[in-house]
Amino acid sequence: MNLLYFAWVRQKIGKSEEQLATPVADVAALIAHLKTLGPHYADAFADLSRIRVAVNQRHAGLDAKLGPQDEVAFFPPVTGG
Amino acid sequence: MQTRIRIQREDFDLNREVADLTTDGEAGAVASFTGHVRKEGDLSTLTLEHYPHMTEAEIARLVAEAGTRWPLTGVTVIHRVGSLKPGDSIVLVAVASQHRHAAFQACEFLMDFLKTHAPFWKEEARGATHHWVEHRHSDDDAAKRWES
Repeated sequence: MNLLYFAWVRQKIGKSEEQLATPVADVAALIAHLKTLGPHYADAFADLSRIRVAVNQRHAGLDAKLGPQDEVAFFPPVTGG
Repeated sequence: MQTRIRIQREDFDLNREVADLTTDGEAGAVASFTGHVRKEGDLSTLTLEHYPHMTEAEIARLVAEAGTRWPLTGVTVIHRVGSLKPGDSIVLVAVASQHRHAAFQACEFLMDFLKTHAPFWKEEARGATHHWVEHRHSDDDAAKRWES
């Protein structure tokens, strides 16, 4: 699975992209797994009300199912326009 | 409906974009909105980041939705990324239709949803400090009024 991070999520985690081989059922399980990878991840995902998710470039919820070929992005609520 | 969606670092020319929407003679009305970097306090630079590919896809979905709600002949959305200064243009939404009401409403609809759905993030530089702009809940409220 390909993971992407944007804005302050990217800065807190310290990278913009990474591959994950660990199978996870859904977005919530993915976040739970990422939080075990170190304090940077735990900090980035400390308050899920400030995190938004896209799966395969569409907005998605924490219950979205995931497979090994999916692209999952984490970012703050958007501020364009 | 002719659709143009561009994410770019360089500025845009409103007159040229309106001309592109009207040369075929189909449109009787074009409503456009341009957003600019507001000078607030000691703001020196506003840097815009986005999610390549999803940004274009998400805007295309919003334009398609607008096309189902109003009879439009063309839509152009241009959003800038990179480093911008106070006064610089950030975004253009221009909507062409046969009549003005559809153009006005679709333009506002697109801006409201662009603000809440298109994956862009603004970072402000003030002196030596940088911080990410917080999402405004009033923008969510603006988008929600189209649901009824």
